Amino acid sequence: MRTRTLGRRALAAASLVAFGVAVAAAGGLTTAGAAAQEAHAGEYLQADISFGMQVYSANCVGCHGPDGDVVDGVNLRSGQFRNANSDQELMGVIAGGVEGTAMLPGDYTASELTGLVAYLRTMGDFDPAGSMTGDAARGEAIYNGKGDCASCHRIGAEGSRVAPNLTTIATMRTAGSLAATLANPTEAMLPINRSVRIVTNDGTRYNGRRLNEDTYTVQIVDENERLLSLEKDDLREYAILTESAMPSYAETLTDQERADVLAFLLTLRGINR
Amino acid sequence: MTATTRFLAAMSALLIVSLPFAVAAPEAQEGGVTFERLLNAADEPHNWLTYSGNYEAQRHTALDQITPANVDRLELQWVFQARSLQVFQTTPLVVDGMMYLTEAPNTVYAVDAEHGRVFWRYEYTPSQESRPCCGRVNRGVAILGDTLFMGTIDAQLIAIDRISGQPIWQTAVERPAAGYALTLAPLIVKDKVIVSVAGGEFGIRGFISAYDVETGEEVWKFYTIPGPGEPGHETWGGDSWRYGGASAWITGSYDPDVDLIYWGIGNPGPDWNPAQRPGDNLYSDSVVALDPDTGELDWYFQFTPNDPYDYDSVQVPVLVDYPAQDGSMLKLMLFGNRNGFFYVLNRENGQFINGQAFIELNWAEGLDDNGRPIFTPQPPGATTYPGVQGGTNWYSPSYSPSTRLFYLSAWEGYGSVFEAEEAEYVEGRVFLGGRPAPPIPGGALPNLARGHINTWTEATGTGAVIAIDPATGEQRWKYDMTDVTSSGILTTATDVLFTGNREGYFHALDARTGDLLWRRTLGGMIANGPISYAIDGRQYVAVASGNGLFVYALRDE
Repeated sequence: MRTRTLGRRALAAASLVAFGVAVAAAGGLTTAGAAAQEAHAGEYLQADISFGMQVYSANCVGCHGPDGDVVDGVNLRSGQFRNANSDQELMGVIAGGVEGTAMLPGDYTASELTGLVAYLRTMGDFDPAGSMTGDAARGEAIYNGKGDCASCHRIGAEGSRVAPNLTTIATMRTAGSLAATLANPTEAMLPINRSVRIVTNDGTRYNGRRLNEDTYTVQIVDENERLLSLEKDDLREYAILTESAMPSYAETLTDQERADVLAFLLTLRGINR
Repeated sequence: MTATTRFLAAMSALLIVSLPFAVAAPEAQEGGVTFERLLNAADEPHNWLTYSGNYEAQRHTALDQITPANVDRLELQWVFQARSLQVFQTTPLVVDGMMYLTEAPNTVYAVDAEHGRVFWRYEYTPSQESRPCCGRVNRGVAILGDTLFMGTIDAQLIAIDRISGQPIWQTAVERPAAGYALTLAPLIVKDKVIVSVAGGEFGIRGFISAYDVETGEEVWKFYTIPGPGEPGHETWGGDSWRYGGASAWITGSYDPDVDLIYWGIGNPGPDWNPAQRPGDNLYSDSVVALDPDTGELDWYFQFTPNDPYDYDSVQVPVLVDYPAQDGSMLKLMLFGNRNGFFYVLNRENGQFINGQAFIELNWAEGLDDNGRPIFTPQPPGATTYPGVQGGTNWYSPSYSPSTRLFYLSAWEGYGSVFEAEEAEYVEGRVFLGGRPAPPIPGGALPNLARGHINTWTEATGTGAVIAIDPATGEQRWKYDMTDVTSSGILTTATDVLFTGNREGYFHALDARTGDLLWRRTLGGMIANGPISYAIDGRQYVAVASGNGLFVYALRDE
């Protein structure tokens, strides 16, 4: 009943995917820090650290100082916090503020919170001289020009609907995961966004991107930008492709160009932002 | 007497006259639900008298009106819409045409089970000190006589009159500020109401306790972590026993013949740092058999010693009398554990009979002759299967005496990357000792609820209903689902299996083959177990989806 030409991933394959992402991040955008990062929970991606440093410089340095040691009883650089231990708690304090202090609530996106925590956790070892900072204006030009991103992606009312919409991408993805996607789209692709190839029982063919799926049905946007909901019982073939339709920019853009595009993507916070 | 008052008086008289015909349950019995009736629940399959349907916790109904041949004639009868947006985890009770239903966090409704109309509503407002880890949820009430019993998320036990909907007594079971909560449906045994505490993520010291049904006074208390001088205390290094968790947040089962209650015990704390609690950590991740009169331990069986993965053993112990080859009846306990193994135990003495993995897993390579796992810890950064939510969880399984198969909801191909860290105990704060991460960065997290878009795919894990033959431990059939599932399972005497999933489907399978018989889209995650009951000879099936309870029966031909 449920035909799936590409079956479930083996246990080992899932591990490889996780490892692959970190390798891609380490080999792609990273220039600061000595060691390539290993793939285990709790580590921080270089793109998140770099982005976090920028957010810190813009929002935090005034009170906490460049070394994070200006506020009494708090030393961000050495991990001495008054109101938080875990990363989750840190994000809570940064977003919610601390009542009765000058630490006010902050309106941060998830990518900014992830970046800030990554930076705070690594401040002690961080080498700003080795960090690559992107330029958002240059990045926008690359997005529309050399990168040809709008031929598949859409921002606001401009561009194609075939690939995921980027209008609010900065609120949905972290700097680290976006950097990984630019360098190696297949390894960083969220599984729900995988491309599908479908043939119905009456021979109609659809190529598209999966939007949603359940046991009995699948919802896609096809290459003609049509929204389709299909019953799996009506399908002769339902192939979930593990190769991303997006090209890798690891070779076609320089490290600096990819950092610029990343900086541009991190400004995309919605139509009114 | 004015015209208005004459009218009101006439209306009152009319109401009084019409009550027995219009709303009173035709089969209502004097004295309410006695312990005898609970013992003989099988004699009244039109009712659903306890959380798991009967003391054996089989979630099986003897009602036979709905069959594989006619299940496609099921038709929606009524819907109860909850006002709470918390996950709807309750199992309703049905007694002689009346349904007693809880809504999160701690509101009770008496509902006409035929039409869905509400008689009364009792709302308890929990203390702001309550801090349940995983949702402000409740899984239902218990009943004895004319009294309902509800545990609350601020660790209170409340007795409520089933006619008036007003409280009779309230007992403080523990302090919510320290992380204690009651989310389970209580269990009645004889003249006691038995509960146990949630809070394993807050460094509590877990317990099961019993209260006098008349007064609410505590009769006994069994700590799930032995204190100094008690057997098993040596399985906790240093002071770790004080904050070791071992909560118990799901209702157990009862065998009146051997007169023991059986209860699954939760994970040790801090959850992911076993180095902080050296030893086996009894009775965490165990099932315990207790004397219901005294709370004395009769036997225990531990599934996951010194657990580093949060493999709570709070699954419902299912009691089955199973024919042996020599014709005698074996008194078994079937236990589908969160750690991914299915166990068969002798429930008279706790002896391990058989155990097999029901999913692919890699934390252990198998079980030894005594049922103890042979650990195969994964290297740092590698994925452990099953992940933190387990191969199954608290979702009620079912056993069918008709097919002699055990059915459970499983998560397959789902793993976590575990990382331990030192945790400091501070009362009322989470005490976790690390974190479980999804193996794919940005991949689906083991959330307890689900939105409208499925983030679970073939890459992150899938759901299944698995039928297991208790005689061999082998899988008889499997029904695959795209998303993981949180639904319990109901089987019927006619071999229909009802279950749901996170996708919002309520579906019926053939209990013998696993073939799909019927499905409906209810649109919200199903996170309770379907139940069945009958009124005036008509069989109903009720299931919660999203924030509503949906009740089906066969439409007339």
